[in-house]
Amino acid sequence: MNIEPHVSAEQFDVREYMRLDLFPHFLCPGCGHGMALRAMMWALYENEISMDKLAVVSGIGCSGRLGAYIDSNTFHTTHGRPLAFATGLALARPDLHVVVITGDGDCLAIGGNHLIHACRRNLNMTCLMLNNEVYGMTGGQVSPTTSTDRYTTTTPYGNYEPVFDSCKLAEAAGAGFVGREVTMQVPTLKDLIRQAFDYNGFSFVEIISDCTEIFGRKNQLGESAEMILSQKAATRPDSYGTKVDEPFRPNPLKTGVLVRSERPEYRAVNYQGKKSK
Amino acid sequence: MLAIAKRKNVQGNEACALGAIAAGCRFFAGYPITPSSEVAEGMARELFAVGGVFVQMEDEIASMGAIVGASMGGKKSMTATSGPGFSLKQENLGYAAMTETPCVVVNVMRGGPSTGMPTRPGQGDIMQARWGTHGDHPIIVLSPASVGEIYSETVRAFNLSEALRVPVVLLYDETIGHLMETIDLTPPPPETIVERKWAKGDKDGFLPYAETDDLVPEMARPGDGYRVHTTGLTHDERGFPTQVPEKASRAVERLLEKLDHHAELIESYEEIDCGDADVVITAIGITARAARRAIKNLRAKGIKAGVFRPITLWPFPEAAFSKAVEGAKSVLVAEMNAGQLATEIERICGGEPGVVRLNRIGGEVITPAQIEKSVEEVLK
Repeated sequence: MNIEPHVSAEQFDVREYMRLDLFPHFLCPGCGHGMALRAMMWALYENEISMDKLAVVSGIGCSGRLGAYIDSNTFHTTHGRPLAFATGLALARPDLHVVVITGDGDCLAIGGNHLIHACRRNLNMTCLMLNNEVYGMTGGQVSPTTSTDRYTTTTPYGNYEPVFDSCKLAEAAGAGFVGREVTMQVPTLKDLIRQAFDYNGFSFVEIISDCTEIFGRKNQLGESAEMILSQKAATRPDSYGTKVDEPFRPNPLKTGVLVRSERPEYRAVNYQGKKSK
Repeated sequence: MLAIAKRKNVQGNEACALGAIAAGCRFFAGYPITPSSEVAEGMARELFAVGGVFVQMEDEIASMGAIVGASMGGKKSMTATSGPGFSLKQENLGYAAMTETPCVVVNVMRGGPSTGMPTRPGQGDIMQARWGTHGDHPIIVLSPASVGEIYSETVRAFNLSEALRVPVVLLYDETIGHLMETIDLTPPPPETIVERKWAKGDKDGFLPYAETDDLVPEMARPGDGYRVHTTGLTHDERGFPTQVPEKASRAVERLLEKLDHHAELIESYEEIDCGDADVVITAIGITARAARRAIKNLRAKGIKAGVFRPITLWPFPEAAFSKAVEGAKSVLVAEMNAGQLATEIERICGGEPGVVRLNRIGGEVITPAQIEKSVEEVLK
């Protein structure tokens, strides 16, 4: 699909997509999740997805709470399981546009198995994984994406476990569409999410977000602006269309569309007329 | 001719699948586990023909999540499992209870605890079926005792679940699940099949968890324009999380009162010869069938014994039971566990009549002879 960037920046009013009566929102000052949410809703606007036909399924954690602010059909499910709920919902209701919002702990730790199999099935839905390197809602514990040597409440001597590369995992498990972006450039992120929404199959997008209040403070990473600037500096956006080749998260981090394959969507295989055994 | 054609020799687990289809179930998500796998296999075969969806998920937790997801989308949905899998499903089962999402969970009981004896029968999940998930929650548990009853109770499970927006557990032992009996597969009349109360009115200001006279709120179908938020967090009438003490307590109270309010609809039991009985045997599943034979033999010997069998196990048919044991000298609770139903019966009886336990946990069914012996000892 041809993406014309920035065209709707003036026309798009994020407030029309939100449940404004729930404000003020619960996010901490400096949290990147708000920018991810804005990019998502902007993508909905540009892709002309009806909020009545949208179903947002989220899990537990800071990312999980975002769904409530979206003026649509929103399902705040259990920890790690939004992809399982979404699979049932998408199979039962192919007319709905199903989007999963999840976090690094929700999606890669407790819900890791569901991610693997959602990628394998290639059922049409989009999974937006907000990676802030930490369990923020519970007070800042180590997650599968916490960078090596970083301090968290459960790694008081620094993190000694290797980091999960979620995009490589998604690709290996068979996801038809895999992408990654940082929150700093909302229009770029929006364009990536638009392509994910447009893809017929399972699309996975890792959004590098920042947890300023808890993770940033603990590791002296500075204010929000400094955190997102350093995230941006760590990426390599010229890698559009290429694959991640390092075993763990590479530095610089590759962003953009990392995988787009022509795998058949889950329901594309038609068993009509076949005899059962 | 037609009536004859509808009679068929089927296995208990197969009857469950056929009952689900007859009840309008159009979505099944499962994971292989002995001794319930035939339910999934039956659904994989049958659902396709009626345009439904079968999916074998990656694990038990996912299959529970998927059926709740499908039900939130508007499909009647079911999963089937056994002890270890039932343990794994508990969190999402609680989510269904909290969000009032209808669904049916089949638990074919094997020997436990832990992996236990996968191919042997047990009745050790009686308390887990009631209290498996955390927190105060409503749940209905049905315990059929024959292949025919598995068929009809599966239909009733869906009807209750849809009518009351509550998860329903169908609980039976491996013996009943693998029993083959000739049953009547005539589908229930269409007018007896219950469909969920979908929201149809005003979309502005719609309250998804509004207090209604029957305590069952209308459910909003995604896509119909209601744009409702669903969460397992304690929520107010609007469906959004609340920590206001009055609202939070009322939210849970209504869930629990809902079942009390509809007790008559939910209650079901079988009572045999309890009127003049000196000893009333209480049992479910295959044990109740042994009890039925036992009282026949006992009556032939001049011993007055009866059977009280809860078909709706939870909420326990307390009033009916109390009436059935009036005048009895003893109640014998026979069950294939170390004494789970017995604790509930002891609570209800409060010492009068006295409660005697007959338990077996080695993976063998309780025989009529064992029950007869226990009754005779009680009367000594």
